[in-house]
Amino acid sequence: MRKPLTLRLLSALDRKSWLALGVFLAVALILMPVLHLAVPPESAFHVSAYAITLFGKIMCYAIVAVAMDLIWGYGGILSLGHGLFFALGGYAFGMYLMRQIGRDGSYQSDLPDFMVFLDWKQLPWYWSGSDNLWWVAFLVIVVPAIVAFIFGYFAFRSRIKGVYFSIITQALTYAAMLLFFRNETGFGGNNGFTDFKRILGYSITSPETRLVLFGLTALMLSVTLVFARWLVTSKFGRVLTAIRDAESRVMFIGYNPLWYKLFIWVISAILCGIAGALYVPQVGIINPSEMSPANSIEIAIWVAVGGRGTLIGPVIGAFIVNLAKSWFTVSFPEYWLFFLGLLFILVTLLLPHGLVGLWKTLRQSRGVRT
Amino acid sequence: MTRSLLVFLLYACCLPAHAALDAAQVRRLAAEDSSDKVAAIQQLTQTADPDAVRVLKAMAEDTLFLAGDRVVIVDGDKAFDAATGSAIKTPDNPESVTVNNRIRGELASALAALKLFDEDPRVRLASAQKLQSKVSPEMAPLLMRALDKETDDKIKALLKLAYAQANLGNADPAARLAAVKALAETSSPAIRSVLLPLADQANEPDNRVRFATISAIKSIDGRLALTENLGRVFSGLSLGSILLLAALGLAITYGVMGVINMAHGELLMIGAYSAYAVQSVFRNYFPEAIDWYLPAAIPVAFFAAALIGVIMERTVIRWLYGRALETLLATWGLSLMLIQAARIVFGAQNVEVANPSWMSGGIELMPNLLLPWNRIIIIGFALFVLLLVWVLMNKTRLGMFVRAVTQNRAMAGCVGVPTARIDTLAFALGAGIAGLGGLALSQISNVGPDMGQGYIVDSFMVVVVGGVGQLAGAVWAALGLGIFTKLLEGWAGAVIAKIAVLVFIIIFIQKRPQGIFALKGRAVE
Repeated sequence: MRKPLTLRLLSALDRKSWLALGVFLAVALILMPVLHLAVPPESAFHVSAYAITLFGKIMCYAIVAVAMDLIWGYGGILSLGHGLFFALGGYAFGMYLMRQIGRDGSYQSDLPDFMVFLDWKQLPWYWSGSDNLWWVAFLVIVVPAIVAFIFGYFAFRSRIKGVYFSIITQALTYAAMLLFFRNETGFGGNNGFTDFKRILGYSITSPETRLVLFGLTALMLSVTLVFARWLVTSKFGRVLTAIRDAESRVMFIGYNPLWYKLFIWVISAILCGIAGALYVPQVGIINPSEMSPANSIEIAIWVAVGGRGTLIGPVIGAFIVNLAKSWFTVSFPEYWLFFLGLLFILVTLLLPHGLVGLWKTLRQSRGVRT
Repeated sequence: MTRSLLVFLLYACCLPAHAALDAAQVRRLAAEDSSDKVAAIQQLTQTADPDAVRVLKAMAEDTLFLAGDRVVIVDGDKAFDAATGSAIKTPDNPESVTVNNRIRGELASALAALKLFDEDPRVRLASAQKLQSKVSPEMAPLLMRALDKETDDKIKALLKLAYAQANLGNADPAARLAAVKALAETSSPAIRSVLLPLADQANEPDNRVRFATISAIKSIDGRLALTENLGRVFSGLSLGSILLLAALGLAITYGVMGVINMAHGELLMIGAYSAYAVQSVFRNYFPEAIDWYLPAAIPVAFFAAALIGVIMERTVIRWLYGRALETLLATWGLSLMLIQAARIVFGAQNVEVANPSWMSGGIELMPNLLLPWNRIIIIGFALFVLLLVWVLMNKTRLGMFVRAVTQNRAMAGCVGVPTARIDTLAFALGAGIAGLGGLALSQISNVGPDMGQGYIVDSFMVVVVGGVGQLAGAVWAALGLGIFTKLLEGWAGAVIAKIAVLVFIIIFIQKRPQGIFALKGRAVE
C-alpha cells in the first residue's frame, strides 16, 4: 500500500536532516532579520545589508546547484547551459520589475527606457501581461520548462549524451547570449534590465522588502532540497540513477530512458528559472552575460566541490565557492581566476566525490579504526 | 544642347594642329563678360594644347593681364605673349584679368581635363579615374580626342567609359544608345546610378534608348550580384580557413585522442602572443627585418604552445583519460589559469600585432571585388598546416603510433609502443598546431587574453560536425560552416547568422550524431 504523500515527503529526510533544515530556516527567517533590523549597525552582531544581499544571492546559486546535482549527480548528464534557464527565469521576472518602474525612468515614459531609446512606440507582444505578477510568475516557470523540453526532447531522443550533450548545451547558451545581446530582441541588449524601483508597489531598496526576498529564497531553497530528496529516493529517482549507471540495461528491462531524463531535465530547468527570478530583484540587474558559457560551467564546479549526487554537497559547494569569490574579488582580484582554475583541477583530480565524499571517507576510516 | 553643339563645331574647327593658340580666342579670356570668358576657357580646353595649359594655369594663378589688345602673362619681371608664348617687353600698366568664383571652378575642371593629355601615363590614369565619377556632357569631344591619342589600354578603357557617360546627355538618340550599350558592359554601382534616370520616360523620350538602359541596368545588376556572391564565397572560404586552423589542433586532441580540451582556445592565444613577442623582439633588435618576423614566429608559436601542451598533459590530463566530463572541467580550470597568466604577463588590454607590409593590399579581381592578401595567405597557410598534419599523422612513425594507440591501446603497448609517451607527444602536436592557428589569427583579429574563448565553441562545432577521428571531416565542416555562415550573414545579419548556424548544428547532430563522416562499424558504448 502506498503511504500518503505527506508521509512520503516526511520520510524523505531523516530526523537529523529535518532538524538541520529547521535550524537553517530559523536562522534565515528569524535570526538574520532580527540581527539586521533590530541590532544597531555599530554592534558586532549586526548583519549588514551587504551580507543579506550576498547570502540571498548565494542561496539562489545554491538552488541552481541542487538543480544541477539532480541532472548531473543523479542523471549523469553534465549540462553546461544551466545559466540559460537561470537567466530566462531572471529575464521573465525582470520584465515585471521593468514594468513596475512605471513613469519613473529617465524618459518618463510608460515604456521601459531602452525601448524609448530604440524609438519603439509600444510593447512587443511577448511583453503583454508583464505587469501582472502572477502571469510573470507563470512565465518564470513555463519559459525555461518549454525551452528545456524542446531541447531535451530532441537531444535525448537521438540519445546524445556525455561530452556531446555538454558541448551542445554550451552552444545553446552561447547562441542565446548572442540573441539577447541584440537590441532588437527586446530585452535591453547589452545592458539588460536594471534600475528597478518597486516590487508589488513596495520599494525594492527598503530593508523590509529585501528581507522578505531573502526569506523567500531561504524557503525556496529548503523546499527545493526536500523536493529533490523526495524525488531521488522515490522509484523515479532509482530508475534515474540506474539510467545514469547503465542506460542500455535499463532499456533492455523495458524502461524508456527518454521520459525519465526529460522529466528530470525539465524539473532542473524550472528550479533554475525560479532561482533566477529570486536572484534578479535581490541583485538588481540581469544582462546577457549571465548566459555566458563561463557562468554555466561555474555551476558545475559548485556541484563538484560539494560532491555530486549528495544534494547537500552542492549547497555547501555553492556557498564555499561564492564566498571565496566575493572575498577574492575584493582582496586579490587578479588571483581569483587562478584560484578558480586550480579549484577545477584539484577537485577533479583529488576530490572526485567532493567535500561530502571526503567527509564520508574520513568518518568511515575512523569508524574502522575504533 | 545648342551650346554643346556649338562647342562641338568649334572643336571640329580647331582640329588641325597648330604651334600657337588662336590669338582671338586668347583675347576672349580677357573679355568683359564672364560668360564669354567661360566659353573661351572651354574652347581652349578643346584644343588640348600644352600651351593652353600654360595660359589657363596663368589665369588661375592671377598672372594673366591685358595690355592694350594683347593678352600677356607676367611672371615676376618677365612677360610673355599668351598666344604665342614668346617673351616680350613688360608692358606698362597692364590691366589684370578678373577671375570670379564661377570662372575659377571652370578653370579647375578645364585643367583637370587637360591632364588627360599629360605626358606622364600615371597622371593620365589618375585623371581618367577621377573622370569616372564626374563627367559633364561638354567633355565628350575632349574625351574623344584623348581617346584618339591614348596608347595605354587601361587608360583607354577608362576613357571609353567616361566618354560613354558624357554622351548619355547627347542630343542624338543614336549617340545615347551607343553610350548606354557601352556602359552595359561595366559592373560598378556608380554607373548604375548614372544610368538610372534614363530608364524613366520623363527623362528619356526615345524608346530604344530607354529599353537599352533597362536591360543595361539589369545586366549590371546581374554582374553586381555575381561579384557580391563571389565576395561572400571568398569570405566564407576565408572564415572556413580560420575555423580550420582553430579546429585542426582539436581534431588531433579531441578527434583522435578523445581528450576534451577546453583550454584549446588558450593554446590559440599562446600562438597569437608568440607572434606578438617575436614582433617585439624584431622591433627592438632587427628593425630592418621587421617584415620577416612572421615566418620567424612560426616555430616559436608551434613550440611555445606544444610546450604548454606537454605540461598540461603531464600534470593534469593524463590522470583523467577515459573520464571525459572530468577532463572537461579540469581543462576549463587550466584555461582560466592560462587566461589570467596572459593578463598578468601581457596586460589585460589587447596587444597590437601588425601585418607585415607584404600582407597588406590585395588582388582586385573585379572592380568591386578585392581579395585581401592577408586572407589569401591565411587560406594558403591553413592548407600548409593541413598538409603538415596529414603527413605527420599518416606518413610518420609518430603518426602511426598515435593511430595504433587510439585503435587499441593495450595491443599497441604489447608490441612495444611507449603509449604514455605517445599520448604526450600527440597532445603536444595538437597543441602546437593550435599555436600555429593562433599565429594566423593574430594577423586578422584582436590579440588579447580572452581571444581563445570565442573560438572554443566554434572549434568544437567543426570537430563535432566533421566527425570524430577524421581530418577530412574537419576540413569539410570548417569550409561548409564558413561559407554557410557568410552567405547567411549577407542575408540575415551577423548575429542571426551565428545563431542560425548553432541551431543548425544542434539539429544536424540530432540527425547525424557521428558527424558528416561516421566511422564505419559499430562503436560499443
